[in-house]
Amino acid sequence: MSSEWPLWEVFIRGQHGLNHRHVGSLHAPDADMAIKHARDVYTRRNEGVSIWVVKSVDIAASSPSEKGPLFEPSNDKVYRHPTFYDIPDEVGHM
Amino acid sequence: MPSLPDMMTPDAEGLARQAGQGGAHAPAADADQDAFVEFLLRMGDNALILGHRNSEWCGHGPVLEEDIAMSNIALDLIGQTALWLGLAGEVEGKGRSADDLAYLRDAWDFRNLLLVERPNGDFGATLMRQFLFDAFHFLQLRALTGSADPRVAEIAQKALKEVSYHLERSAEQVIALGDGTAESHARMQAALDDQWGYAQEMFASDATDVTMAAAGIAPDPASLRKPWDDTVDAVLAQATLKRPESSFAHKGGKQGTHTEHLGYILAEMQFLQRAYPGASW
Repeated sequence: MSSEWPLWEVFIRGQHGLNHRHVGSLHAPDADMAIKHARDVYTRRNEGVSIWVVKSVDIAASSPSEKGPLFEPSNDKVYRHPTFYDIPDEVGHM
Repeated sequence: MPSLPDMMTPDAEGLARQAGQGGAHAPAADADQDAFVEFLLRMGDNALILGHRNSEWCGHGPVLEEDIAMSNIALDLIGQTALWLGLAGEVEGKGRSADDLAYLRDAWDFRNLLLVERPNGDFGATLMRQFLFDAFHFLQLRALTGSADPRVAEIAQKALKEVSYHLERSAEQVIALGDGTAESHARMQAALDDQWGYAQEMFASDATDVTMAAAGIAPDPASLRKPWDDTVDAVLAQATLKRPESSFAHKGGKQGTHTEHLGYILAEMQFLQRAYPGASW
């Protein structure tokens, strides 16, 4: 076993935000301490109202080398954006 | 913030009101006034000196996360210092500000507990001291939220939120390190044995404490002993640490008789104001 504490990813929901956003990572021995550390490291200036932490090793990520097949096919599908409709003025902001 | 009644001007209505309350809830008499200032200095000085000690870890913590956490606690305590010493200056009525009291008093005028001025030792020893003090500080502030003086109650309410977190944190750390490796356990037990005698000063009541308790301003520290024992015993049991049996208390800090360590703290903390009086930036 490594003598380093495991790495955790930190997500914070801000004062005005609806979603938790990834803000960074830190080391901690367990989830409880990770939340405490996150509180101390990432919310010192009153940034948050809620904290999530998750072990970095538990995150499954897409591979950068598959970027082409994963994302490029949507590049030329402009018709997937709802920009081809006339929106009546009465609707206002959507 | 309301200020104290002006002692020089007869205020029939105010006096009558005080008489009606039996004078129990207003620090009216001079003796009470002196005791009140003394009490406020004790609150402020504990926070100031422990805050300074903790700040010595800034940039030296064992890991970045703990370093920042320790600095946060130091900042909380310095913030509380500003409130307590600010009120002390106001009640004293000699025009001294919180800064004057922090930077321009000498060691014998400080009223902090000996526990908080002792050298940090290793990080475990710092955490053990923090825990022993937090457990007391929490109970003290919780009682102070019901103080007969609304200004004291207000400061206590604000500080209690911070100190609740300090206690939760230091208790968890003591458990983690006490019930950790053989090395960390041995260090935590040594820290506990070393600091135990100094922690006992927290419960040693003197005339000031009795006066404050009688006025309903602050709890008698002796009355916090039982709940402190309960908290500390529970945490030490989980931490597999053995509570020292000795009840010997190193005393004197609250009355201004300090260890040699306080002078060194003040030399560092006060140097700038002493060398360049009135300097600000």
